[in-house]
Amino acid sequence: MSDSGKRDSAEQAEFRSYCRDWLADHHPGEPTVRLPQSPLEIMTRDQLDYLQAWQKAAYDAGLVGCDYPVEVGGGGRKDCQRVANEEMQAARTPFFPNVIGLGMAAPTVLHHARDDVKRELLPRLFSGEDIWCQGFSEPGAGSDLASVQTFAEPKGDRWVINGHKVWTSLAHFAEWMIILLRTDKSHKYEGLSYFVVPIRAALGKGVSVRPLIKMTGETGFNEVIFDGLEVDDRYRLDELGKGWQVAMTTLLHERGAGELQAPRAGGLKSRESHSATARSLLELARKTPRGAGTAADDPVLRDRMMQQVIREEALKENQRRARVPALLDHPMRLPLQNKLLASELGQDTARVALEVAGAAATLYMADEHAPDRGQWPLAYMNSFGMTIAAGTSEVQRNILGERVLGLAKSK
Amino acid sequence: MSQPNNYGFGEEAALLKSSAAKFFAQHLPVDRLHARVAGSHDPYRCPEAPWPQELWQPMVDLGWTSLAVPESAGGLGMPCVAVAGLVEELGRAAFPCPLLGTLAASYILAECGDAGHTAQQEIVEGCAVALALTDKTGSWDIASSGVTYDGEVLSGGAHFIQDVRKATRLLVSASGAQGLQLFWVSVDADGVGVEPDAIVDLTRDQGRVTFNGVAASRLGDAGAAALDRAMPALWVLLAADMAGAAEWLLQTSVEYARSRQQFDHPLGFFQAVKHPLVDVMIHVDATRSLLYSAACAIDHEPGRARQLAHMAQASACDTAAFSAGRAVQTHGGIGFTWECYVHLYFKRQKHSEVLWGDATWHRARLADILLGDPAAAGGSAQGAEAAA
Repeated sequence: MSDSGKRDSAEQAEFRSYCRDWLADHHPGEPTVRLPQSPLEIMTRDQLDYLQAWQKAAYDAGLVGCDYPVEVGGGGRKDCQRVANEEMQAARTPFFPNVIGLGMAAPTVLHHARDDVKRELLPRLFSGEDIWCQGFSEPGAGSDLASVQTFAEPKGDRWVINGHKVWTSLAHFAEWMIILLRTDKSHKYEGLSYFVVPIRAALGKGVSVRPLIKMTGETGFNEVIFDGLEVDDRYRLDELGKGWQVAMTTLLHERGAGELQAPRAGGLKSRESHSATARSLLELARKTPRGAGTAADDPVLRDRMMQQVIREEALKENQRRARVPALLDHPMRLPLQNKLLASELGQDTARVALEVAGAAATLYMADEHAPDRGQWPLAYMNSFGMTIAAGTSEVQRNILGERVLGLAKSK
Repeated sequence: MSQPNNYGFGEEAALLKSSAAKFFAQHLPVDRLHARVAGSHDPYRCPEAPWPQELWQPMVDLGWTSLAVPESAGGLGMPCVAVAGLVEELGRAAFPCPLLGTLAASYILAECGDAGHTAQQEIVEGCAVALALTDKTGSWDIASSGVTYDGEVLSGGAHFIQDVRKATRLLVSASGAQGLQLFWVSVDADGVGVEPDAIVDLTRDQGRVTFNGVAASRLGDAGAAALDRAMPALWVLLAADMAGAAEWLLQTSVEYARSRQQFDHPLGFFQAVKHPLVDVMIHVDATRSLLYSAACAIDHEPGRARQLAHMAQASACDTAAFSAGRAVQTHGGIGFTWECYVHLYFKRQKHSEVLWGDATWHRARLADILLGDPAAAGGSAQGAEAAA
C-alpha cells in the first residue's frame, strides 16, 4: 500500500476520502478505444472523445483544478490536487487529454492573464472541452528559444501574427495556443511578448496546422503556420516585452518544478499498452527465455535492471524529499532535476528492455509475437521526444549548473 | 506499516544535524584535518591512527555515541533518520573517530535482547566500539568468520576492522557449535593482539585482531539472526557517510570551477566541466533520497528496510566513486597533489566503497529479493512475490 494519506491535513483527508468514493463509483472502466502511451500521441477523434469525456466527468466532480481559485473555475482548496492525483493513480484511471492546458497553460494564465480572461478560459480548460497547445519552438528557435521570430504587429487594439511554429503537440485538436511572439526585433529577450490565441476558430483563415510524422510512424505533433491571424490585445499575458518572464512560468511548470501541482490522472491506458517502468521491465525479463532459464537469471542483465529499479526509486524519493526543507540545501536543486531524470530514466529503462528482449526486440506493434505488443521499441523511440522537448537534457544540465551550482553561464 | 511523508525527520533530527555540522567545522576544519592526518606522505609509512581523541568525550557528553542505543537501555533511542543525519555530517567532515562503528554496534546490540544490556551500558558510558565481523578474505557475507568460539573463549583472527586502534571494545562474530554467534570483548583483554593494516585512507585506521584463547561475553544465542536484522542500519549509516563526503567533494569542485580561470573563462563556463559536476550533484541527491527512505523504513517499515538499504548502498558506492574521481579531475594538476585536500576525501570514498559490499554486490542482493535467487531452489519466480 502507498504511503499517501499519512500526513494529510484535515481538508486533505476529507477530500481524499471523497475522491476515493467518487472514483469507486465513476471509474470509466476498460477503455473502449486503443489508447496511446501518452496524451501527446493522441491521433484519432475517437481517442480524444473518450478521454475528453473522462476529463469532463473528473472536473465536474471536483478532481481537476482543485487548488485554483473558485472564481476561475477551480476548487478553491489548498494542496489538494496532489491528493486527487494520488487517488486517480491508485484507481488506475485513464490520463487526461488536455495535458498542456493543465500542466503549462493554466498556471501561466493564472499568474499572468487579465481576470476576465482567466474567467473566460480556465473553466473550459479544466473540463477538457478546450484542448490547448503550446507555440514556443520554431524552425530556427529550438534550444535557443529566445530567438523566436514569429512576429506580432500592432493594428489598433489588435495584433496581426505571422510566422511558423513547430513540434506543436495536440495542435490538430486544439482550440487555444499559448504562444511566445516577437513584438520588437531590436531586442532579443525584451522583444518577446506572450499571448493566448484561439487557433481552431481561425483554421484556414490565418492559421494552418500540418501534421509532422515522428520516427515511430505516429502523428501527434504538428507545425503551425500563422498567416495574418488577428488577435485581441486582451489575450496578451502580462506586459508587452515581458514574454520571456512569462515563458519561464510555463517552462518551470512544464519541467515539473512549478508551485502548482498539475492535475494528473492514472496509468490506465488500454489492455494492449503499458508503461516503461522498472516493474514492467522485470516482468519482461521473467517471461523472456534465455538459455535454460529466463533473462531474469542473467547476472549482467540483473545488474542493469537493478540500476533502473534504483534510479526509479531515487526519482520517487527525490520528489518526496523535495518537500522536506530540513533535508534540502537549495530550494530548486531537486525540482529542477525532475524533467532530466524522468526523461533519461524512461529512455534507459526502454533501452535495457530491448536488451532483455533480445532478438524479439526487433518486433514492432503489428507483429503478434512482439513482447508486450511492441511497446518497448515504441517507448524507446518516443523517449527521445522527452529528452529533447521542453529543453534538451543538455539545456537542463546547463540550467542546473548555472542556477543551482552557480557555475558561469555557458551562453 | 507505512512511512511518514517527511521521513520522520523532525525538529530534533534537524537540530542534531546542524549542530553536528557546526561542531565538526569548528573543531576540525579541513586544513586542520589535513595537518593532523596527512603528516607523512611516504607511501611506505608505518600505519598510524591519528585522530582528535580529545573530542571523543565531548561527543559522548553531547549524547552522539548513544544515539542509537534504545532509551530502555539508557541511550537516546533517536530514530535512524536522525542518526543518518549526524553521520552525513561526519562524512562531510571526513572526521576520524570510532563513531560509525559505535553507532553500528548499537544497532546490532539492540537486536540481541537482554544479552546486549551490559555492552549497551558501556557504550552509554563512552566506550568506542570496533566491529570484528570480517574474515581474512574480506567477505561481505556476514555468515563467514575467521574466529571460532568454544563456550565463551575465542580463537582465530578477524580482519579489516575499522578504527580498531581508536576503539576500546570489540563486537566479534565467531563460529562454533551453535553456528555464528556474537561476542563482546575489551580490546585490552588478555590474548587479544591488534596488528594495524597499512591502508590508503588517512581518515581511518584498520587492522587485524588475533584471539588467542580470549575470554569474551556471548551476546545471547541467536547472533547470526541479530546481525542479519541489523545490517540494513549499518548499510544506511555508511551510505550517509559517503553522501556527506560526496557533497563536500561536489561543493569543493564547484568552488574551484567557479574561481579557476582558463581560456579567459572560469572552468565551469565550459560544458565539458559543468555537465559532469551536475551529474555528481544528481548522484549525491539520489543517494541522499534513497538513504533517508531506507532509514525511515528501519524506523517505520522494517519489512522494506533491507531492499531499500541495498538500494541506498548501491547508489552510495557509485556516488562515492564518481564524486571522488570527478573532484580530482576537475581540480586538474593541483587535484593530483598531496597538498590539495581533495585526496583525503578521495581516499575515504574509495575505502568506504568496498567496506560492507560494493555497488555490484548490493545490486545482486537486491536482484535476489526482487527477482529471486537463480542459484536457490525454485528459481526466478520466487522472491518476486515477496517484493511486490
